[in-house]
Amino acid sequence: MEFKPKREERELKYQEVRIYSDVELKNYTEEELKNFKVKHPIPKCEQLESGPWPSFVADAKRAALHRKKLGQDRLMIERDVIEDLLGQLELSFEHGETHWKHGGIVGVFGYGGGVIGRYSDLQEQFPSIAHFHTMRVNQPASKFYNTDYLRSLCDLWDFRGSSMMNMHGSTGDIILLGTFTEQLEPIFFELTHVVDQDLGGSGSNLRTPECCLGKARCEWSCYDTQDLCYELTTYYQDELHRPAFPYKFKFKFDGCPNCCVASIARADMSFIGTWRDDIRIDQEAVKAYIAGEIVPNGGAHAGRDWGKFDIQKEVIDLCPTKCMWMEDGKLKIDNKECTRCMHCINVMPRALRPGTDTGVSLLFGAKAPILEGAQLGVLTIPFMKAEPPYDNIKEVIEKVWNWWMEEGKNRERLGELIQRYGIPKFLEVLGIPPMPQMVKEPRSNPYIFWKEEDVPGGWKRDIKDYRARHKR
Amino acid sequence: MKFSQERLGRYNPDKPMENRITDLGPRHFWQYFPPIIQRNYGKWLYHEILEPGVLVHVSETGEKVYTVRCGGARFMTTEHVREICEIADKYCDGYVRWTTRNNIEFMVDSPEKLEALKKDLQSRKHVSGSYKFPIGGTGAGVTSIVHTQGYIHCHTPATDASSMVKALMDELFEYFQSMKLPAQVRVSMACCLNMCGAVHCSDIALLGYHRKPPIVDNEVLESVCEIPLVIAACPTGAISPSKTETGKKTVKIKEDRCMFCGNCYTMCMALPLADKEGDGVTVLAGGKVSNRITPPKFSKVVVPWLPNNFPRFPEVCEAVKKILEAYAKDAKKYERLGDWAERIGWEKFFEKTGLPFTEHLIDDYRLQYDTYRTSTLFKYTEAAWEVSRAAGGIE
Repeated sequence: MEFKPKREERELKYQEVRIYSDVELKNYTEEELKNFKVKHPIPKCEQLESGPWPSFVADAKRAALHRKKLGQDRLMIERDVIEDLLGQLELSFEHGETHWKHGGIVGVFGYGGGVIGRYSDLQEQFPSIAHFHTMRVNQPASKFYNTDYLRSLCDLWDFRGSSMMNMHGSTGDIILLGTFTEQLEPIFFELTHVVDQDLGGSGSNLRTPECCLGKARCEWSCYDTQDLCYELTTYYQDELHRPAFPYKFKFKFDGCPNCCVASIARADMSFIGTWRDDIRIDQEAVKAYIAGEIVPNGGAHAGRDWGKFDIQKEVIDLCPTKCMWMEDGKLKIDNKECTRCMHCINVMPRALRPGTDTGVSLLFGAKAPILEGAQLGVLTIPFMKAEPPYDNIKEVIEKVWNWWMEEGKNRERLGELIQRYGIPKFLEVLGIPPMPQMVKEPRSNPYIFWKEEDVPGGWKRDIKDYRARHKR
Repeated sequence: MKFSQERLGRYNPDKPMENRITDLGPRHFWQYFPPIIQRNYGKWLYHEILEPGVLVHVSETGEKVYTVRCGGARFMTTEHVREICEIADKYCDGYVRWTTRNNIEFMVDSPEKLEALKKDLQSRKHVSGSYKFPIGGTGAGVTSIVHTQGYIHCHTPATDASSMVKALMDELFEYFQSMKLPAQVRVSMACCLNMCGAVHCSDIALLGYHRKPPIVDNEVLESVCEIPLVIAACPTGAISPSKTETGKKTVKIKEDRCMFCGNCYTMCMALPLADKEGDGVTVLAGGKVSNRITPPKFSKVVVPWLPNNFPRFPEVCEAVKKILEAYAKDAKKYERLGDWAERIGWEKFFEKTGLPFTEHLIDDYRLQYDTYRTSTLFKYTEAAWEVSRAAGGIE
């Protein structure tokens, strides 16, 4: 198996692109770090240096010392940017209010997204974070890296930015946290020319798509999550960089119904891997689980004594559709009753595996609560093959976008539009018939919006005809 | 090709379009898969968690890849990422990955390399004593808390994120490094209900929330905001047009209609909501995204508000521990927090966690009726007796 990029990519070797020497990168001792004090008093922040969990303050301080010792001539923005950030954070704790100004429209030429403008409202006190713009860098699908890539990015971000980043932002991008307006274009040019790498999405456009690690290291993935994610990300670059939508739009790709990237809760269009044939059973392994030779659920519950594994209690009785039973020492599954919830497979991964005729279920409209309340994705297309070049999927996407761009109000997510118009309208847009699987239950009110063409004779009637039969 | 060290690099401000490259997209994923991952792509048979934070995946080719999962703070400096690179170069042929929940995963292809890697990771600490790479976050435990920017970068937060997460993970650390809960517990944090973290389907969700209506900055509103858009942005219709004494166009707020969502501030910088006494933390519980056994579901509000007690949020930590400990004690194997609450009934959830049930927890927004109990199926708890006493039904 091998996948190839859609365009030729520049090979990225850190040794060829690097900015800093080894001496510059290891430029402080542990003793110096212990004695290092940032320029502002930060007692509350410093309370967060203790405790076992990785301390972002301790981390920030070592980068602050590193920048201090690098010297200003080796840095394109102020070297004490981290110290000012910690100073402002301390003051925010003190005041119980953020000190970032509202908004700020900055970006790189020709793109409407990828850069989040940010300015401090305490610029006299913290001049080095007067500008603190964030850049979103579109992560490689499922966040595998090599160190050439990461080290290159670190050199670039030390030199032209704050040395602070998020690995990763909520949507999945690498977040480069804080630089000045002057450096936005230079960073973009270095990213595209040297790293051969683009920014991600922000604003009212396609947000950076994200996927689970799929077949790279999971036995349950029902399609090539990275490949589909990569394909749609590159195919829809224009939609990702140039806002033309009513609001944000998210694709997320889960390889199976366990939903490790939470597509069902947060993607306007959620791709969830599934299968339409039978769960594969290895009856010998089933026996081994029953005999206690294999630890259930991949050992996920090993920290507590839950007693001997009981297939009846832990698998068969917990099956939501009760479609499993033991017969002559063999596990039986009535697959046509199965809703593929993954529980039995999760509990006995060595005995049970998803089927081999696989594809995706498509769900639409998930979003966080702002504004009309949170929504989960609505099951709309039960099964679809997901194979290159994914034309069937692109066709669905474009129907949805065309409708949303036509009818959506400013800042209206797809899920809200579907609610405003109703599922029947959405089905008409997609050109698909209704199915009971789209609802938990049929409606309990009879307020059906009949259309004129549904009713024989139409709606045009003459009151005189009526009155001929019924006196006033 | 080298990185430019000129002030403006390859960018020429006089000719901004010259040599501009656009629409490249991300780099391709395949080159970042370690060789063992490339060789076994799509061939994995099963996996096992060998100990908290350590997984083995077994391929049909017979190869095994060992993964060590380490907690990450999401906020990372280049110093931290370079240290990760150093480890990846030393043990993992220069490859590393991150999970959706900000964990770092190092992969090796033999038990010998695994032991050396683990030992190295456990030995690395910040000078202040906290682990740099704590191993854990697998199976029936608590893994890293996904979160938003808070005071580090955001202009609309009602609380801070990085500090709350650090404080809480210090408290929950034993659950990160063990697998003794009935099922996994996903904790998520968002600093306002814009929820760029989409925390609304988590076992435990922490949400920054405002409690004071916006202050109207009458002096500038007409020049910095689109008044019709601001009015349309309010979900409860609490904003209407108005004029100042000097005749400037502005808006007025019907304060008792405000639900503090902050959507107006997103549209208009002249309507700030943030306030030290007003802002705080809402705790939600019982959501999930997995389809396992029961459908995905939303988290429910179980604590209406707790103070922003920076930097360690003791009240928030206490509330979360109450929920977690009651769940750990009472739930059945494989039962997620929300499934447990539904099985025992939410009245029992409040009894067992000791969290007070207040009127704020009864929905009075749209579709509230769907959350009412319209049956006689309930359990008696002290809260029920109090109602009977208050109504005069019993002594």
